[in-house]
Parts: sequence; structure tokens; C-alpha cells
Amino acid sequence: MIEVKEVSKAYGGKPVIENVSLKIREGCITSFIGPNGAGKSTLLSMMSRLLQKDSGEVLVDGKDISQWKSTELAKKISILKQSNHINLRLTVRELVSFGRFPYSQGKLTKEDWEKVDEAIAYMDLTDIQHKFLDQLSGGQNQRAFIAMVIAQNTEYIFLDEPLNNLDMKHSVQIMKVLRRLVEELGKTVILVIHDINFASCYSDYIVALKDGRIVREGSTETIIDSDVLEHIYDMDIPIELVNGNRIGVYFK
Amino acid sequence: MKLKLTLLAVAAALVIAAFLFIDLPHNWDYALPRRFKKVLAITLTGGAIAYATLIFQTMTNNRILTPNVIGLDSLYMLIQTFVIFAFGVVSLPSTNQGVNFTLTVGIMMLFVGLLYKLIFKREGNNLFFLLLIGLVMGTMFGSMSTFMQVLIDPNDFLIVQGKMFASFNNVNEDLLLISVLILAAVALYAMRFSKYLDALSLGKEHAVNLGIPYNFVVKNLLVIVAILIAVSTALVGPITFLGLLVVNLAYQFMRTYRHRILIPGAMLISIIALVGGQLIVERVFTFETTVSVIINFIGGAYFLYLLLRESKA
Repeated sequence: MIEVKEVSKAYGGKPVIENVSLKIREGCITSFIGPNGAGKSTLLSMMSRLLQKDSGEVLVDGKDISQWKSTELAKKISILKQSNHINLRLTVRELVSFGRFPYSQGKLTKEDWEKVDEAIAYMDLTDIQHKFLDQLSGGQNQRAFIAMVIAQNTEYIFLDEPLNNLDMKHSVQIMKVLRRLVEELGKTVILVIHDINFASCYSDYIVALKDGRIVREGSTETIIDSDVLEHIYDMDIPIELVNGNRIGVYFK
Repeated sequence: MKLKLTLLAVAAALVIAAFLFIDLPHNWDYALPRRFKKVLAITLTGGAIAYATLIFQTMTNNRILTPNVIGLDSLYMLIQTFVIFAFGVVSLPSTNQGVNFTLTVGIMMLFVGLLYKLIFKREGNNLFFLLLIGLVMGTMFGSMSTFMQVLIDPNDFLIVQGKMFASFNNVNEDLLLISVLILAAVALYAMRFSKYLDALSLGKEHAVNLGIPYNFVVKNLLVIVAILIAVSTALVGPITFLGLLVVNLAYQFMRTYRHRILIPGAMLISIIALVGGQLIVERVFTFETTVSVIINFIGGAYFLYLLLRESKA
């Protein structure tokens, strides 16, 4: 259970997030949408303790994240940022094995390696598991990082723009995997996403931010709506129904 | 991996043996303890600097930084220059090694403490801000030293100049013992953080995600690095340039990211380089050059070789 209570953050006196409160629904994909600079990533970073909050609380199972023991929290929530550049030369398998750190503190047991193998297989990386990350394409890289998060086996998975720099094929691949994580493994996924159509097709719940505040939140159908979106993005976004999906046609 | 480490250990043992026993004069009962003391000092500082540089690079996720950037080397030179500038060559802090050692380590730790207080007191300031401040302070210390060096008597300056280069030739026995104790205590304390190092090298965000108490670990490691550098510099003089070289060599040679292997690897390479360098200085050049020159020469040549090989591939 993750609950955000009256959280605020300012950079150099300039508020980025103001008194945001939010409850995350279990076993769902929740998408944060909104214009650039709305504070989506900042909110996500504070919820996943990458960023200190100025005030307010982020409760995980009723306890503020700052009260949690680091290793215990790392078994509960995981976060993947948009740029995952790593200075080390690692193979896919080595990277994924880092996901077991909260459980093994670096000394992986047989069971840990089994989890690593499972995660690699789940992300369809078995063939390339011994390749170095710098030899892989952007899509394969992103999959390797998601495999690491799967190996970490947390209830909640935070992702900051997981589709950044990916082509359509890989974007669809990643979103399908996230859907599977929710449906097959019962995870709760919270992500920041820019493409409202991806948000519309894959998420259960959408939180719209603007100027550091939540302007609307609700089920996908209620948010992917011309009037609501116009209010969020200050532009006309007609919504068409295509094969049962609500698609925003805003390109012209 | 094990094989490479064994290889390095054997090489280190051979170099140390060569240093101890080659050209041993007849009155070996005098020469041998002296040489042994020297080897101990070299091993100690070499190991400490390799270790400090490695974890510093891991902390900063940067392969070309050395703990030098906090400005401890320049502070060391400033203290040495100031002692002679203010109190003269024959004063107690200049001639008594114990006083000098205590003074130097004390001021260095004070400096690190201040820097640390200043930086981590305010939230939002990070490690790189600390490095930046350290760099600026280091430059300032350097300029102040130069300022005093041009004012003092040229004869006094020769004494200062002697301190600019690391020297293992007259290491004080008591200080060596104290250093061994301090470094051993620090190493023991550092053990509890060793499990974090691999994950730490992934970068801050991944480290936090994997449940490392990031700020706590980084602050502690920073203090560990500072103590190691301060003690080894106060003992033999500034040789932190060595760290950059041996740590990169260790990465090249061991080809792994695991600190369990990298740490002993880097320390052994460091010992081989320093003892070997000192051996060449003493036996080949008969003290006509310093070990810094040898290390820089060989290190430079090796880096050129690496560059050429990389550009071909």
C-alpha cells in the first residue's frame, strides 16, 4: 500500500511539487501524465526515495519511506530512471544479478541465481545474456534493466519514462511486458509516460499533473477525454475510438 | 581470476625478496632491518593509496579521478612550507618527525572535517560539490605554498623541495608503527562497507534502488579515504599520483568490476610498482633519481601503449 500525503518539493525556492496527495492502486498500472515541467519525474523520484521531499509523507505499508531500513525497502519498491548509463562494462547476466543485492548483499545463493535466470528468461534475454550492455541496442538495454528489476522482485515497480528513445516496436514490447508483470505476477507498476496513447492503451489508472499539482486523476476512460486533456495540455486533443482504444489525434 | 591474483602475489613477493636480499652487504644485521622497514613503509603506503583511489573512483563513478582532488596533497605541501616559513628549518615541527607527523595528520583531518561539515550540513549538496570545493581549496593551498616558497631563503627552499617528493629513505620507526596501527584500524572499519562497493559502482540511483544506505556509506567511505591518504602522505610524502595508475592497471589486468578481486589486485600492483621502482632507484640509478620519476616514466609508457593498442583495434 503506497500513499502520498501532502508532499512538497522546491528547487531553490521555486516549488516543483505542491501539496500532492495520492493513493496508489494495487495490481494496476498507474501512469503519470502531464506537460513538461509538471513535476511528474520529481514526484516519482520522491515516492521511490531517490529524492528527498521537503515536506509531507510517502507511506509504504503505513510507514514513511524515510523510516524504512534501506534493504527492506529495496525488497518492496524498485525504481528505474530514464537514463540508465552505467560506467561499468557488464554483461546482461551480471547486471540482472545486481537485482538480487537486497536479498543477498552481493553473495548470491543458488536460489538467487535461479531468480536471475527466471528474470532473464522472462525478458527473453537468454540468448544474449553473456553479451556486454554496450554491445546491445537501446531496446535490448531497456529490457536488461527491466530484467534486473524483475530479479529484484518487488511489489511496486516505478519507471521514469521507460519508452524514452525507443522505437514503436520496442515501446510496444516494453509496455506489453509491464502489462504481463501486473497480470501474471501481480505487481503494481507506476510510470511516467509522455505518450498519452500508450498511457491510454496500457494503463488502468491515470494521474495528470500540471504545475506541480494533480489536476485530475481517475480511470483511463475518464482522463483520456478531450475536455480533460485540453485542460491538462492547453491544446485541442480530439479522441477517436479505434478498435476499442481511445486514441488522441493531436498531430495536426 | 584467482590465477591472476596469485600471479600478482608471487610477483610482489619476488620484488620484495629482491629488494631485501640483492647486494646485501656483509654487515647484514644492520642493513636487513633497515631494508625491511623500508619495504614495510612502501607496502603500507602503496596498499593504502591503491585502496583509497579505488574506492574513491567507485564512489564518484569516475575512472580518472584521484583523492588528490580534495586537495590533501597541496595541503601537505602548504603545511611543510608554512612550518619552515614561520618557524625556520631548525624548529621543532620541522626537525622532529613525530611532531611533524602529528601536526600534518591533525590539520589534514581537521580540513576534511570542515569540508565535510560544510558540504553535508545542507541537504542537496552532493559529493561533486565537495570535490569542486576541494579542487578550489587545493589550488589555493598550492598558490599559498608557492608564495611562501619564493619568499624563504633558497637553502630553506631546498628542504621544502625535498618534501615535494615521496621518500622512503628515512622513515621513522615509531611513526611507521603508529601508521600501521591506524591503517589497520581503518582497514578493519572499511571491511563493513566492502559488500556495498560493487553495487555502488553502478551509480547513485541504482545504488539507492538496491537498498544501499547511500549517504551513510558515501560519508563513511570519504572519511576512510581521507584518513588513508593523510596518513600515507604524512608518512612518506605525496605519492597519490600512483593511485590513478595502479587502479587503472588493475581494471585493465583483472577485467572485472568485482571489488573483491580489484582491491587486492590494485594493492598488489601498487606494491610491485613502488618496491620495483625503489629497487631500480637504489640499485640501478644509485639514488640519482626518485621513485616518482620511475613510476611516471613507466606509467606514461604503459598508457601510450594502451592508447595505441585501442586505436588499432
